[in-house]
Amino acid sequence: MQEDKKVAIRAENVTKIFGSGDQEVRALDNVSITINQNEFFTLLGPSGCGKTTLLRLIAGFEQPNAGEIWLDDQVLTGLPPHRRPVNTVFQSYALFPHMTVGQNIAFGLEMQGKGKQEIDSTVKEMLDLVHLGGMEMRTPAQLSGGQQQRVALARALANRPKVLLLDEPLSALDLKLRKGMQIELKRLQSETGITFVFVTHDQEEALTMSDRVAVMSSGQILQIGNPSEIYEHPQQRFVADFIGETNFLEAEVVDRAARRLRLDEGGEVTLAIDFSQETGQRVTLAVRPERAQLDKPNENATLKATVSTVVYFGTDTTYHLTLDGSGKPFTVRMQNRQGARRAFSAGDPVALLLPEDAIQVLKD
Amino acid sequence: MTPAEAAEKRDLRARRLLLLPAVALILAFGVVPLFIILIYSFLEPGAYGGVKWEFSTDAYVQFLFERDLFDDTLTFTTSYLEIYWRSLSLAVITTVLSLLIGFPCAYVIATKPPTQRNIWLFLITIPFWTNLLIRTYAMLLIVRDQGIVNGFLMGIGVIDQPIVMLYTDFAVGLGLIYSYLPFMVLPIYASLEKLDFRLVEAGFDLYADRRKVLRRIVVPLAMPGIVAGSILVFIPSLGAFITPVLLGGGTELMIGNMIQLQFGSSRNWPFGSAAALILMSTVLIALTIYVRNASRIRAGQS
Repeated sequence: MQEDKKVAIRAENVTKIFGSGDQEVRALDNVSITINQNEFFTLLGPSGCGKTTLLRLIAGFEQPNAGEIWLDDQVLTGLPPHRRPVNTVFQSYALFPHMTVGQNIAFGLEMQGKGKQEIDSTVKEMLDLVHLGGMEMRTPAQLSGGQQQRVALARALANRPKVLLLDEPLSALDLKLRKGMQIELKRLQSETGITFVFVTHDQEEALTMSDRVAVMSSGQILQIGNPSEIYEHPQQRFVADFIGETNFLEAEVVDRAARRLRLDEGGEVTLAIDFSQETGQRVTLAVRPERAQLDKPNENATLKATVSTVVYFGTDTTYHLTLDGSGKPFTVRMQNRQGARRAFSAGDPVALLLPEDAIQVLKD
Repeated sequence: MTPAEAAEKRDLRARRLLLLPAVALILAFGVVPLFIILIYSFLEPGAYGGVKWEFSTDAYVQFLFERDLFDDTLTFTTSYLEIYWRSLSLAVITTVLSLLIGFPCAYVIATKPPTQRNIWLFLITIPFWTNLLIRTYAMLLIVRDQGIVNGFLMGIGVIDQPIVMLYTDFAVGLGLIYSYLPFMVLPIYASLEKLDFRLVEAGFDLYADRRKVLRRIVVPLAMPGIVAGSILVFIPSLGAFITPVLLGGGTELMIGNMIQLQFGSSRNWPFGSAAALILMSTVLIALTIYVRNASRIRAGQS
């Protein structure tokens, strides 16, 4: 699918260990990853999953215990940060408080020995790019959080890095500003054509902005794919659980060739795509709340259930069900196409329909 | 009067009352003595110390000119200026060397894990537990001809004759640096401790090597500490009294010793007062220039 794309960053079997002895922490455990040129690539995971460590290894602030990292054809491993053609936007922005906005943006260019004229014109260009024209004489302390964020972006982009690393840059902003900056970042990425490597723990941010997402947990990359692959076809329980809401069902493979499974609650399902588990093996299935359907009790039901609560959300309604047979909870979200009229209320027996393409078999 | 106004007035009175002890102390032991010194410097010396209440500018004239005993003609003399120059240069050298030694030391402590920092700071302050006089005597034992340094160097056969260190400017400088180094380390540590080391990372990320990060980011941000430390070392070094006497042998006069001499055996209080005031103005001028330069560096125009 993406074979024709050129590789920007390649990490191979990278391991990073912090501490030693009993306090040893494997922040990254044998991680390999390929990030393409001109790609908005996101490392997504909960705090402590190693995503920031991977970013810091690419930036050069940390050195890996094992493995190597390439940028284009150049080995990065071993190079100090100031010799790497990558720039970072820090979570805290890390703007130099003793310099003006203009001096902050000019800093990297100055260090590279660029001429004064070039620096001046680049600073202007960058300030315009982030919509802060005319602010070069202000100091960082005189700017709002959102403006500081833009200056941090301009300072990093001014150097025209081959790769821009962004370490949770939006987490300090309030919701409205964050939404605005998400669109802004996406625009900057397509306008500059620079590869963005974006670290976040916010799944919505990852899904809306990225070309590809790598989901990480406990120092490992669990799944890499574009946002819809990650959302629609999670391969592991952690991925399915971390991104969006998911219902889990336990089942047994009845016939692998016919792709038939028997659910623990009774009822059989046929899947749309092949899976790797053998006949007789137990598997976990994931079903997104919006892909399941409810109906009045009938013969075609996959499972029988009882409505326990109904939560109205405006655009849609969420039904919390209890599955007959196992008593497990199950959530179904339905769009409110017919106004506020509720189809079911608490206590109603319902039929739960699981379309064959709504069911995802997890690997573990 | 509204209740708010009354409360404000009470608050103001409480503030003044709280300030009173400090103000009284500064007035009684700072401003009043300074005023006395100022008056004394314009009087005639008494024969057995003290002053005669007659106006005279002789004390200031004496600083630059020598009065001929027989015909009262004035000839320009540099002997006192030399003392000032020697003290001033020694104080500057002491300050610069303290900075060069103290800054890395403070930096190392500031980059230690927080739990270890207090131990290191504690070690820095240990010399203060002993009286300055005793510490200076200890220094004397180290640098004298039969001292530890010479004994060691002769023992391993590097030299045959002891290197004469005691009673030289070198020994005085060494003593001054040793005495005042903590005053440099502590304020610099205080500002480096507040330094956000992510700024250092940002500097590296923006293609600055270690030297440039130090010069463009760490030093400007530590400037308040560097200024405070330099002042705390420079002023006592300039007026130092014990160290020049013990380690310099009193052969080469420093300002502090010279002033002490005027109030002591020379019995020329007006001249001592004038010398003290000249010293004070020198310090004020030097500091004004220094602080102004330092704040320019901080503004990033280095």
